Amino acid sequence: MIEEVGTTELGELVVNLGPQHPSTHGVLHLVITLSGETIKKVEPHLGYIHRSIEKMCESLSYRQFIYVTSRMDYLSSHINNHGCALCVEKGMQIEVPPRAKVIRVLMDELTRLASHQLWWGAMAMDVGALTPFFHAFREREAINDIMEKTCGARLTMNYMCPGGVSFDLHPDFQKEVKAFLAFFRGKLDEYDELVTDNVIFQGRMEGVGYLSREAAISYGCSGPTARASDVSCDVRKLSPYEVYDQVRFEEVTGTGGDCFARYNVRMGEMRQSMAIIEQLIDNVPEGEFQAKTKAVLKLPKGEFYSKVETARGEFGVYIISEGATTPYRIKFRSPGFSNLSALDHMARGHKIGDLVAIMGTLDLVIPDIDR
Amino acid sequence: MNPQELKEKLEALLPSPTFEEGGEWTTVFVDPATWAGSARLLRTTKELDLDYLFCVTAVDWKTHFTMVFHLSSTTHRHTLVVKIKLDHEHPEVATVSDIWRTAEFHEREAYDLMGVVFTGHPDLRRLFMTDDWNGWPLRKDYEDPVNMIKL
Repeated sequence: MIEEVGTTELGELVVNLGPQHPSTHGVLHLVITLSGETIKKVEPHLGYIHRSIEKMCESLSYRQFIYVTSRMDYLSSHINNHGCALCVEKGMQIEVPPRAKVIRVLMDELTRLASHQLWWGAMAMDVGALTPFFHAFREREAINDIMEKTCGARLTMNYMCPGGVSFDLHPDFQKEVKAFLAFFRGKLDEYDELVTDNVIFQGRMEGVGYLSREAAISYGCSGPTARASDVSCDVRKLSPYEVYDQVRFEEVTGTGGDCFARYNVRMGEMRQSMAIIEQLIDNVPEGEFQAKTKAVLKLPKGEFYSKVETARGEFGVYIISEGATTPYRIKFRSPGFSNLSALDHMARGHKIGDLVAIMGTLDLVIPDIDR
Repeated sequence: MNPQELKEKLEALLPSPTFEEGGEWTTVFVDPATWAGSARLLRTTKELDLDYLFCVTAVDWKTHFTMVFHLSSTTHRHTLVVKIKLDHEHPEVATVSDIWRTAEFHEREAYDLMGVVFTGHPDLRRLFMTDDWNGWPLRKDYEDPVNMIKL
Protein backbone atom coordinates (compact mmCIF):
# COMPACT_ATOMS: atom_id res chain seq x y z
CA MET A 1 0.00 0.00 0.00
CA ILE A 2 2.89 2.35 0.81
CA GLU A 3 4.08 2.27 -2.80
CA GLU A 4 0.62 3.17 -4.01
CA VAL A 5 0.52 6.21 -1.75
CA GLY A 6 3.82 7.23 -3.30
CA THR A 7 2.42 7.08 -6.83
CA THR A 8 -0.65 9.21 -6.21
CA GLU A 9 -0.77 12.80 -7.33
CA LEU A 10 -0.58 15.70 -4.94
CA GLY A 11 -3.69 15.93 -2.75
CA GLU A 12 -4.86 12.40 -3.46
CA LEU A 13 -5.49 10.03 -0.62
CA VAL A 14 -5.56 6.26 -0.49
CA VAL A 15 -8.16 4.78 1.85
CA ASN A 16 -8.78 1.16 2.73
CA LEU A 17 -12.40 0.07 2.93
CA GLY A 18 -12.61 -3.34 4.52
CA PRO A 19 -11.84 -6.21 4.71
CA GLN A 20 -13.87 -5.86 7.91
CA HIS A 21 -16.20 -3.08 6.91
CA PRO A 22 -19.93 -3.62 7.55
CA SER A 23 -20.98 -2.36 4.14
CA THR A 24 -18.86 -4.84 2.21
CA HIS A 25 -20.97 -7.71 3.61
CA GLY A 26 -18.09 -10.07 3.98
CA VAL A 27 -14.38 -9.86 3.65
CA LEU A 28 -13.96 -7.65 0.62
CA HIS A 29 -11.08 -5.21 0.70
CA LEU A 30 -11.32 -2.09 -1.44
CA VAL A 31 -8.41 0.27 -1.90
CA ILE A 32 -9.90 3.60 -2.86
CA THR A 33 -7.96 6.51 -4.29
CA LEU A 34 -9.65 9.75 -3.36
CA SER A 35 -9.28 13.32 -4.41
CA GLY A 36 -11.02 15.19 -1.66
CA GLU A 37 -14.13 13.10 -1.26
CA THR A 38 -14.37 12.10 -4.91
CA ILE A 39 -13.39 8.61 -5.96
CA LYS A 40 -10.61 8.42 -8.54
CA LYS A 41 -10.13 4.68 -8.52
CA VAL A 42 -11.44 1.62 -6.72
CA GLU A 43 -9.31 -1.48 -6.59
CA PRO A 44 -10.79 -4.64 -5.10
CA HIS A 45 -8.36 -6.89 -3.24
CA LEU A 46 -9.74 -10.40 -3.12
CA GLY A 47 -8.85 -13.70 -1.58
CA TYR A 48 -9.67 -13.27 2.09
CA ILE A 49 -12.07 -16.17 1.84
CA HIS A 50 -10.45 -18.03 -1.07
CA ARG A 51 -10.65 -21.76 -0.36
CA SER A 52 -9.60 -23.00 -3.78
CA ILE A 53 -12.89 -24.79 -4.29
CA GLU A 54 -11.96 -25.63 -7.88
CA LYS A 55 -8.88 -27.51 -6.69
CA MET A 56 -10.86 -29.24 -3.95
CA CYS A 57 -13.43 -30.44 -6.46
CA GLU A 58 -10.73 -32.18 -8.47
CA SER A 59 -10.42 -34.75 -5.69
CA LEU A 60 -14.13 -35.10 -4.95
CA SER A 61 -16.54 -37.43 -6.69
CA TYR A 62 -19.42 -36.17 -8.82
CA ARG A 63 -21.81 -36.68 -5.92
CA GLN A 64 -19.59 -35.00 -3.36
CA PHE A 65 -18.50 -31.85 -5.18
CA ILE A 66 -22.02 -30.47 -5.29
CA TYR A 67 -21.98 -29.96 -1.53
CA VAL A 68 -18.97 -27.68 -1.71
CA THR A 69 -20.79 -25.34 -4.08
CA SER A 70 -23.35 -24.44 -1.42
CA ARG A 71 -20.47 -22.65 0.26
CA MET A 72 -19.84 -20.33 -2.66
CA ASP A 73 -22.92 -18.19 -3.08
CA TYR A 74 -24.48 -19.18 0.22
CA LEU A 75 -27.60 -17.12 -0.50
CA SER A 76 -28.27 -19.07 -3.70
CA SER A 77 -27.09 -22.45 -2.49
CA HIS A 78 -30.03 -24.30 -4.05
CA ILE A 79 -29.34 -22.74 -7.42
CA ASN A 80 -25.61 -23.45 -7.25
CA ASN A 81 -26.37 -27.09 -6.45
CA HIS A 82 -28.85 -27.07 -9.30
CA GLY A 83 -26.26 -25.88 -11.81
CA CYS A 84 -23.83 -28.60 -10.78
CA ALA A 85 -26.51 -31.30 -10.85
CA LEU A 86 -27.53 -30.17 -14.35
CA CYS A 87 -23.96 -30.40 -15.57
CA VAL A 88 -23.48 -33.92 -14.20
CA GLU A 89 -26.85 -34.94 -15.67
CA LYS A 90 -25.81 -33.54 -19.03
CA GLY A 91 -22.66 -35.64 -18.96
CA MET A 92 -24.35 -38.81 -17.74
CA GLN A 93 -27.49 -38.22 -19.86
CA ILE A 94 -29.76 -38.71 -16.87
CA GLU A 95 -33.41 -37.89 -17.42
CA VAL A 96 -34.81 -36.13 -14.36
CA PRO A 97 -38.38 -37.13 -13.35
CA PRO A 98 -41.03 -34.41 -13.79
CA ARG A 99 -41.70 -34.17 -10.07
CA ALA A 100 -38.06 -33.41 -9.34
CA LYS A 101 -38.00 -30.76 -12.05
CA VAL A 102 -40.90 -28.88 -10.51
CA ILE A 103 -39.50 -29.24 -6.98
CA ARG A 104 -36.20 -27.83 -8.19
CA VAL A 105 -37.81 -24.79 -9.79
CA LEU A 106 -39.92 -24.17 -6.68
CA MET A 107 -36.83 -24.31 -4.49
CA ASP A 108 -34.87 -22.08 -6.85
CA GLU A 109 -37.53 -19.42 -6.81
CA LEU A 110 -37.94 -19.57 -3.04
CA THR A 111 -34.17 -19.16 -2.79
CA ARG A 112 -34.29 -16.18 -5.12
CA LEU A 113 -36.99 -14.60 -2.98
CA ALA A 114 -35.02 -15.19 0.22
CA SER A 115 -31.84 -13.84 -1.36
CA HIS A 116 -33.56 -10.71 -2.68
CA GLN A 117 -35.17 -10.16 0.71
CA LEU A 118 -31.80 -10.20 2.41
CA TRP A 119 -30.40 -7.93 -0.28
CA TRP A 120 -33.26 -5.48 0.19
CA GLY A 121 -32.76 -5.26 3.93
CA ALA A 122 -28.99 -5.01 3.72
CA MET A 123 -29.13 -2.50 0.89
CA ALA A 124 -31.48 -0.21 2.82
CA MET A 125 -29.21 -0.54 5.83
CA ASP A 126 -26.21 0.45 3.72
CA VAL A 127 -27.82 3.73 2.79
CA GLY A 128 -28.86 4.46 6.35
CA ALA A 129 -32.27 2.89 6.99
CA LEU A 130 -32.05 0.26 9.70
CA THR A 131 -35.72 -0.73 10.04
CA PRO A 132 -36.08 -2.49 6.63
CA PHE A 133 -33.38 -4.92 7.68
CA PHE A 134 -35.61 -6.28 10.44
CA HIS A 135 -38.61 -6.42 8.14
CA ALA A 136 -36.63 -8.36 5.55
CA PHE A 137 -35.26 -10.81 8.07
CA ARG A 138 -38.68 -11.48 9.53
CA GLU A 139 -40.03 -12.46 6.10
CA ARG A 140 -36.91 -14.36 5.16
CA GLU A 141 -37.27 -16.42 8.30
CA ALA A 142 -40.54 -17.83 6.97
CA ILE A 143 -38.77 -19.13 3.86
CA ASN A 144 -35.92 -20.53 5.92
CA ASP A 145 -38.42 -22.43 8.05
CA ILE A 146 -40.04 -23.92 4.94
CA MET A 147 -36.61 -24.92 3.63
CA GLU A 148 -35.58 -26.39 6.94
CA LYS A 149 -38.58 -28.69 7.05
CA THR A 150 -37.89 -30.17 3.63
CA CYS A 151 -34.10 -29.93 3.27
CA GLY A 152 -33.01 -30.07 6.89
CA ALA A 153 -30.88 -26.98 6.47
CA ARG A 154 -31.44 -23.26 6.44
CA LEU A 155 -28.48 -21.95 4.49
CA THR A 156 -26.37 -24.64 2.81
CA MET A 157 -29.17 -26.84 1.56
CA ASN A 158 -27.39 -29.61 -0.36
CA TYR A 159 -30.83 -30.73 -1.50
CA MET A 160 -30.28 -31.17 -5.22
CA CYS A 161 -28.35 -34.19 -6.38
CA PRO A 162 -27.63 -35.75 -9.77
CA GLY A 163 -30.91 -37.29 -10.92
CA GLY A 164 -33.31 -35.18 -8.89
CA VAL A 165 -33.54 -34.12 -5.28
CA SER A 166 -32.31 -35.92 -2.17
CA PHE A 167 -35.69 -36.54 -0.57
CA ASP A 168 -39.34 -35.78 -1.13
CA LEU A 169 -41.13 -32.61 -0.12
CA HIS A 170 -42.38 -32.32 3.43
CA PRO A 171 -46.17 -33.00 3.60
CA ASP A 172 -46.74 -29.43 4.86
CA PHE A 173 -44.69 -27.83 2.06
CA GLN A 174 -47.53 -26.78 -0.23
CA LYS A 175 -49.71 -25.46 2.57
CA GLU A 176 -46.87 -23.45 4.08
CA VAL A 177 -45.69 -21.99 0.80
CA LYS A 178 -49.21 -20.83 -0.02
CA ALA A 179 -49.54 -19.25 3.42
CA PHE A 180 -46.20 -17.53 2.88
CA LEU A 181 -47.20 -16.15 -0.51
CA ALA A 182 -50.40 -14.69 0.88
CA PHE A 183 -48.44 -13.13 3.73
CA PHE A 184 -45.61 -11.81 1.59
CA ARG A 185 -47.73 -10.24 -1.15
CA GLY A 186 -48.87 -7.53 1.22
CA LYS A 187 -45.37 -7.14 2.55
CA LEU A 188 -43.98 -6.29 -0.88
CA ASP A 189 -46.35 -3.34 -1.13
CA GLU A 190 -45.20 -2.35 2.32
CA TYR A 191 -41.59 -2.52 1.12
CA ASP A 192 -42.46 -0.11 -1.66
CA GLU A 193 -44.13 2.32 0.71
CA LEU A 194 -41.32 2.09 3.21
CA VAL A 195 -38.32 2.37 0.91
CA THR A 196 -39.00 2.56 -2.84
CA ASP A 197 -41.26 5.61 -2.65
CA ASN A 198 -39.06 7.38 -0.13
CA VAL A 199 -37.66 10.52 -1.77
CA ILE A 200 -34.51 10.50 0.35
CA PHE A 201 -33.82 6.95 -0.72
CA GLN A 202 -34.48 7.81 -4.36
CA GLY A 203 -32.12 10.72 -4.04
CA ARG A 204 -29.38 8.36 -2.93
CA MET A 205 -30.08 5.95 -5.81
CA GLU A 206 -30.98 7.90 -8.92
CA GLY A 207 -28.14 8.74 -11.25
CA VAL A 208 -25.60 6.97 -9.05
CA GLY A 209 -23.31 4.23 -10.38
CA TYR A 210 -24.35 4.45 -13.99
CA LEU A 211 -23.50 1.41 -16.09
CA SER A 212 -24.16 1.71 -19.81
CA ARG A 213 -25.42 -1.22 -21.86
CA GLU A 214 -22.09 -1.51 -23.70
CA ALA A 215 -20.11 -1.45 -20.44
CA ALA A 216 -22.38 -4.03 -18.83
CA ILE A 217 -21.76 -6.40 -21.75
CA SER A 218 -18.04 -5.69 -21.93
CA TYR A 219 -17.60 -6.29 -18.20
CA GLY A 220 -19.46 -9.57 -18.51
CA CYS A 221 -22.16 -8.48 -16.08
CA SER A 222 -25.18 -10.70 -15.67
CA GLY A 223 -28.28 -10.97 -13.56
CA PRO A 224 -30.16 -7.91 -12.28
CA THR A 225 -26.98 -5.82 -12.62
CA ALA A 226 -26.93 -6.27 -16.40
CA ARG A 227 -30.70 -6.31 -16.83
CA ALA A 228 -30.96 -2.87 -15.24
CA SER A 229 -28.74 -1.68 -18.11
CA ASP A 230 -31.18 -3.14 -20.64
CA VAL A 231 -29.22 -6.29 -21.39
CA SER A 232 -31.54 -9.23 -21.82
CA CYS A 233 -29.55 -12.02 -20.19
CA ASP A 234 -31.91 -14.15 -18.09
CA VAL A 235 -30.74 -17.74 -18.49
CA ARG A 236 -34.23 -18.89 -17.55
CA LYS A 237 -35.50 -17.23 -20.74
CA LEU A 238 -32.55 -17.60 -23.11
CA SER A 239 -31.80 -21.27 -22.53
CA PRO A 240 -34.60 -22.57 -20.34
CA TYR A 241 -33.85 -25.51 -18.07
CA GLU A 242 -36.28 -27.72 -16.15
CA VAL A 243 -39.80 -26.28 -16.51
CA TYR A 244 -38.97 -22.61 -17.01
CA ASP A 245 -40.25 -22.80 -20.59
CA GLN A 246 -43.64 -23.95 -19.34
CA VAL A 247 -44.32 -21.23 -16.79
CA ARG A 248 -45.38 -17.68 -17.55
CA PHE A 249 -43.08 -15.01 -16.21
CA GLU A 250 -41.44 -11.89 -17.49
CA GLU A 251 -37.80 -11.02 -17.67
CA VAL A 252 -37.58 -7.80 -15.68
CA THR A 253 -35.32 -5.26 -17.35
CA GLY A 254 -34.65 -1.60 -16.81
CA THR A 255 -33.12 1.12 -18.94
CA GLY A 256 -31.73 3.44 -16.29
CA GLY A 257 -28.48 1.60 -15.62
CA ASP A 258 -28.17 3.37 -12.27
CA CYS A 259 -28.61 2.13 -8.71
CA PHE A 260 -32.34 2.80 -8.73
CA ALA A 261 -32.80 0.74 -11.91
CA ARG A 262 -30.95 -2.18 -10.34
CA TYR A 263 -33.06 -1.80 -7.24
CA ASN A 264 -36.28 -1.84 -9.26
CA VAL A 265 -35.23 -4.88 -11.29
CA ARG A 266 -34.76 -6.90 -8.11
CA MET A 267 -38.06 -5.71 -6.67
CA GLY A 268 -39.75 -6.75 -9.92
CA GLU A 269 -38.02 -10.12 -9.84
CA MET A 270 -39.49 -10.86 -6.45
CA ARG A 271 -42.98 -10.50 -7.91
CA GLN A 272 -42.04 -12.70 -10.88
CA SER A 273 -40.64 -15.38 -8.57
CA MET A 274 -43.90 -15.34 -6.66
CA ALA A 275 -45.82 -15.73 -9.92
CA ILE A 276 -43.71 -18.77 -10.87
CA ILE A 277 -44.21 -20.38 -7.46
CA GLU A 278 -47.95 -19.73 -7.65
CA GLN A 279 -48.24 -21.49 -11.00
CA LEU A 280 -46.35 -24.53 -9.84
CA ILE A 281 -47.30 -25.01 -6.22
CA ASP A 282 -50.59 -26.80 -6.99
CA ASN A 283 -49.15 -28.60 -10.00
CA VAL A 284 -46.35 -30.68 -8.54
CA PRO A 285 -46.65 -33.94 -10.50
CA GLU A 286 -46.84 -37.20 -8.64
CA GLY A 287 -44.11 -39.77 -9.08
CA GLU A 288 -40.46 -40.28 -8.36
CA PHE A 289 -38.41 -37.41 -6.95
CA GLN A 290 -35.13 -38.92 -8.08
CA ALA A 291 -34.05 -40.85 -11.15
CA LYS A 292 -32.33 -44.17 -10.64
CA THR A 293 -28.62 -43.58 -11.00
CA LYS A 294 -25.51 -45.64 -10.48
CA ALA A 295 -23.88 -45.43 -7.06
CA VAL A 296 -20.60 -44.28 -8.60
CA LEU A 297 -20.91 -41.71 -11.35
CA LYS A 298 -18.36 -41.65 -14.14
CA LEU A 299 -18.69 -38.85 -16.62
CA PRO A 300 -17.56 -39.80 -20.13
CA LYS A 301 -14.46 -38.13 -21.52
CA GLY A 302 -15.36 -34.68 -22.72
CA GLU A 303 -16.43 -31.22 -21.70
CA PHE A 304 -19.74 -30.16 -20.24
CA TYR A 305 -21.00 -26.69 -19.53
CA SER A 306 -24.27 -25.81 -17.89
CA LYS A 307 -25.59 -22.52 -16.66
CA VAL A 308 -28.34 -21.41 -14.36
CA GLU A 309 -29.69 -18.07 -13.22
CA THR A 310 -28.87 -17.45 -9.56
CA ALA A 311 -30.14 -14.46 -7.61
CA ARG A 312 -26.98 -12.64 -8.70
CA GLY A 313 -26.75 -13.68 -12.31
CA GLU A 314 -25.43 -16.36 -14.57
CA PHE A 315 -23.71 -19.19 -12.74
CA GLY A 316 -21.78 -21.54 -15.00
CA VAL A 317 -20.31 -24.95 -14.28
CA TYR A 318 -17.64 -26.16 -16.68
CA ILE A 319 -16.52 -29.74 -16.16
CA ILE A 320 -13.64 -31.27 -18.08
CA SER A 321 -13.76 -35.01 -17.66
CA GLU A 322 -11.17 -37.63 -18.49
CA GLY A 323 -13.61 -40.45 -17.84
CA ALA A 324 -12.70 -40.87 -14.17
CA THR A 325 -14.87 -40.68 -11.06
CA THR A 326 -13.55 -37.20 -10.29
CA PRO A 327 -13.43 -34.19 -12.62
CA TYR A 328 -10.09 -33.44 -14.28
CA ARG A 329 -10.73 -29.73 -14.08
CA ILE A 330 -13.75 -27.84 -12.94
CA LYS A 331 -14.43 -24.16 -13.37
CA PHE A 332 -17.16 -22.17 -11.74
CA ARG A 333 -18.20 -19.02 -13.54
CA SER A 334 -19.54 -17.00 -10.66
CA PRO A 335 -21.76 -14.01 -11.41
CA GLY A 336 -20.36 -11.87 -8.61
CA PHE A 337 -16.82 -12.03 -9.96
CA SER A 338 -17.72 -10.42 -13.28
CA ASN A 339 -20.13 -7.97 -11.70
CA LEU A 340 -17.46 -6.82 -9.26
CA SER A 341 -15.05 -6.12 -12.13
CA ALA A 342 -17.39 -3.28 -13.19
CA LEU A 343 -17.30 -1.63 -9.76
CA ASP A 344 -14.34 0.63 -10.55
CA HIS A 345 -16.02 1.79 -13.75
CA MET A 346 -19.27 2.61 -11.94
CA ALA A 347 -17.79 4.30 -8.88
CA ARG A 348 -15.40 6.78 -10.48
CA GLY A 349 -16.43 10.36 -9.88
CA HIS A 350 -18.82 9.52 -7.06
CA LYS A 351 -18.44 9.97 -3.31
CA ILE A 352 -17.57 7.22 -0.81
CA GLY A 353 -21.16 7.16 0.43
CA ASP A 354 -22.29 6.44 -3.13
CA LEU A 355 -19.77 3.62 -3.41
CA VAL A 356 -21.56 1.91 -0.54
CA ALA A 357 -24.86 2.34 -2.37
CA ILE A 358 -23.36 0.96 -5.60
CA MET A 359 -21.96 -2.07 -3.80
CA GLY A 360 -25.36 -2.57 -2.22
CA THR A 361 -27.09 -2.71 -5.59
CA LEU A 362 -24.45 -5.09 -6.97
CA ASP A 363 -25.56 -7.55 -4.29
CA LEU A 364 -22.10 -9.02 -3.78
CA VAL A 365 -21.58 -12.26 -1.94
CA ILE A 366 -17.87 -12.51 -1.28
CA PRO A 367 -17.42 -16.31 -1.02
CA ASP A 368 -19.00 -16.46 -4.47
CA ILE A 369 -16.33 -14.14 -5.84
CA ASP A 370 -13.37 -15.68 -4.02
CA ARG A 371 -14.44 -19.33 -4.40
CA MET B 1 -25.81 -18.05 -36.86
CA ASN B 2 -26.08 -21.83 -36.78
CA PRO B 3 -22.96 -23.91 -36.07
CA GLN B 4 -22.32 -24.67 -39.76
CA GLU B 5 -22.51 -21.01 -40.83
CA LEU B 6 -20.38 -20.05 -37.86
CA LYS B 7 -17.75 -22.53 -38.93
CA GLU B 8 -17.67 -21.30 -42.52
CA LYS B 9 -17.43 -17.70 -41.37
CA LEU B 10 -14.54 -18.52 -39.05
CA GLU B 11 -12.71 -20.41 -41.78
CA ALA B 12 -12.90 -17.34 -43.98
CA LEU B 13 -11.93 -14.98 -41.20
CA LEU B 14 -9.21 -16.56 -39.07
CA PRO B 15 -5.76 -17.76 -40.16
CA SER B 16 -5.83 -21.59 -40.31
CA PRO B 17 -8.42 -22.40 -37.63
CA THR B 18 -8.88 -26.00 -36.52
CA PHE B 19 -12.13 -27.21 -35.08
CA GLU B 20 -12.88 -29.62 -32.29
CA GLU B 21 -15.94 -31.80 -32.68
CA GLY B 22 -18.24 -33.26 -30.09
CA GLY B 23 -18.83 -30.27 -27.85
CA GLU B 24 -22.10 -28.51 -27.23
CA TRP B 25 -20.89 -25.36 -28.97
CA THR B 26 -18.61 -24.66 -31.93
CA THR B 27 -15.06 -24.98 -30.65
CA VAL B 28 -12.11 -23.49 -32.48
CA PHE B 29 -8.38 -23.69 -31.80
CA VAL B 30 -6.49 -20.47 -32.34
CA ASP B 31 -2.74 -20.09 -32.60
CA PRO B 32 -1.40 -18.12 -29.59
CA ALA B 33 0.63 -15.85 -31.87
CA THR B 34 -2.48 -14.65 -33.71
CA TRP B 35 -4.84 -14.52 -30.72
CA ALA B 36 -4.84 -10.73 -30.23
CA GLY B 37 -5.75 -10.08 -33.88
CA SER B 38 -8.23 -12.95 -34.05
CA ALA B 39 -9.96 -11.79 -30.87
CA ARG B 40 -10.46 -8.34 -32.31
CA LEU B 41 -11.93 -9.85 -35.49
CA LEU B 42 -14.33 -11.99 -33.46
CA ARG B 43 -15.47 -8.94 -31.53
CA THR B 44 -15.78 -6.47 -34.40
CA THR B 45 -17.05 -8.57 -37.32
CA LYS B 46 -20.74 -7.65 -37.72
CA GLU B 47 -21.99 -11.17 -38.46
CA LEU B 48 -20.22 -12.62 -35.42
CA ASP B 49 -20.42 -9.74 -32.91
CA LEU B 50 -19.10 -11.86 -30.03
CA ASP B 51 -19.34 -9.17 -27.39
CA TYR B 52 -19.96 -11.18 -24.24
CA LEU B 53 -17.05 -13.06 -22.67
CA PHE B 54 -18.61 -15.12 -19.93
CA CYS B 55 -16.01 -17.64 -18.89
CA VAL B 56 -12.23 -17.84 -19.02
CA THR B 57 -10.61 -21.11 -17.97
CA ALA B 58 -7.00 -22.23 -17.85
CA VAL B 59 -6.46 -25.98 -17.96
CA ASP B 60 -3.24 -27.75 -17.07
CA TRP B 61 -2.79 -30.80 -19.33
CA LYS B 62 0.66 -31.61 -17.85
CA THR B 63 2.26 -31.41 -21.32
CA HIS B 64 0.70 -28.09 -22.23
CA PHE B 65 -1.84 -25.53 -21.05
CA THR B 66 -5.11 -24.70 -22.71
CA MET B 67 -6.82 -21.36 -22.33
CA VAL B 68 -10.56 -21.66 -22.94
CA PHE B 69 -12.58 -18.56 -23.74
CA HIS B 70 -16.36 -18.89 -23.80
CA LEU B 71 -17.82 -16.15 -25.96
CA SER B 72 -21.36 -15.35 -26.94
CA SER B 73 -23.18 -12.65 -28.82
CA THR B 74 -25.93 -10.62 -27.19
CA THR B 75 -27.38 -9.73 -30.60
CA HIS B 76 -27.15 -13.04 -32.52
CA ARG B 77 -27.29 -15.34 -29.48
CA HIS B 78 -24.67 -17.78 -30.73
CA THR B 79 -21.83 -19.13 -28.62
CA LEU B 80 -18.25 -19.85 -29.58
CA VAL B 81 -15.57 -21.58 -27.56
CA VAL B 82 -12.01 -20.53 -28.36
CA LYS B 83 -9.13 -22.69 -27.21
CA ILE B 84 -5.49 -21.73 -27.23
CA LYS B 85 -2.73 -24.26 -26.66
CA LEU B 86 0.18 -22.89 -24.67
CA ASP B 87 3.65 -24.19 -23.97
CA HIS B 88 4.03 -25.75 -20.50
CA GLU B 89 7.41 -24.21 -19.77
CA HIS B 90 6.51 -20.64 -20.70
CA PRO B 91 2.76 -20.25 -20.94
CA GLU B 92 2.36 -16.84 -22.51
CA VAL B 93 -0.36 -15.26 -24.61
CA ALA B 94 -1.54 -11.77 -25.47
CA THR B 95 -4.16 -10.15 -23.29
CA VAL B 96 -7.69 -9.44 -24.53
CA SER B 97 -8.58 -7.15 -21.65
CA ASP B 98 -8.69 -4.22 -24.07
CA ILE B 99 -11.38 -6.00 -26.11
CA TRP B 100 -13.51 -7.46 -23.34
CA ARG B 101 -13.02 -5.49 -20.12
CA THR B 102 -14.04 -8.44 -17.96
CA ALA B 103 -10.95 -10.31 -19.16
CA GLU B 104 -8.79 -8.10 -16.94
CA PHE B 105 -10.06 -9.89 -13.83
CA HIS B 106 -10.36 -13.30 -15.42
CA GLU B 107 -6.81 -13.18 -16.76
CA ARG B 108 -5.51 -12.11 -13.39
CA GLU B 109 -7.21 -15.16 -11.94
CA ALA B 110 -5.63 -17.44 -14.55
CA TYR B 111 -2.25 -15.88 -13.84
CA ASP B 112 -2.66 -16.21 -10.10
CA LEU B 113 -3.78 -19.82 -10.02
CA MET B 114 -2.16 -21.31 -13.14
CA GLY B 115 0.77 -19.03 -13.86
CA VAL B 116 -0.28 -18.12 -17.39
CA VAL B 117 1.32 -14.83 -18.39
CA PHE B 118 -0.78 -12.38 -20.39
CA THR B 119 1.43 -9.96 -22.28
CA GLY B 120 0.17 -6.40 -22.42
CA HIS B 121 -2.14 -6.86 -19.44
CA PRO B 122 -2.48 -3.52 -17.62
CA ASP B 123 -2.24 -4.91 -14.10
CA LEU B 124 -1.02 -8.51 -13.99
CA ARG B 125 -0.75 -9.29 -10.29
CA ARG B 126 -1.97 -12.04 -8.02
CA LEU B 127 -5.68 -11.79 -7.34
CA PHE B 128 -6.61 -14.31 -4.64
CA MET B 129 -3.26 -15.42 -3.23
CA THR B 130 -0.99 -13.09 -1.32
CA ASP B 131 1.67 -11.22 -3.31
CA ASP B 132 4.52 -13.30 -1.84
CA TRP B 133 2.90 -16.67 -2.58
CA ASN B 134 5.11 -19.26 -4.24
CA GLY B 135 3.83 -21.51 -7.01
CA TRP B 136 0.61 -21.83 -8.99
CA PRO B 137 -2.03 -23.63 -6.91
CA LEU B 138 -4.27 -25.01 -9.66
CA ARG B 139 -1.44 -26.70 -11.54
CA LYS B 140 -1.45 -30.47 -11.38
CA ASP B 141 2.09 -30.72 -10.02
CA TYR B 142 1.48 -28.21 -7.22
CA GLU B 143 2.32 -29.45 -3.75
CA ASP B 144 1.66 -27.62 -0.52
CA PRO B 145 2.16 -29.85 2.52
CA VAL B 146 0.91 -27.17 4.93
CA ASN B 147 -2.34 -25.98 3.40
CA MET B 148 -3.44 -28.91 1.28
CA ILE B 149 -5.29 -31.82 2.79
CA LYS B 150 -5.18 -34.99 0.70
CA LEU B 151 -8.26 -37.15 0.88
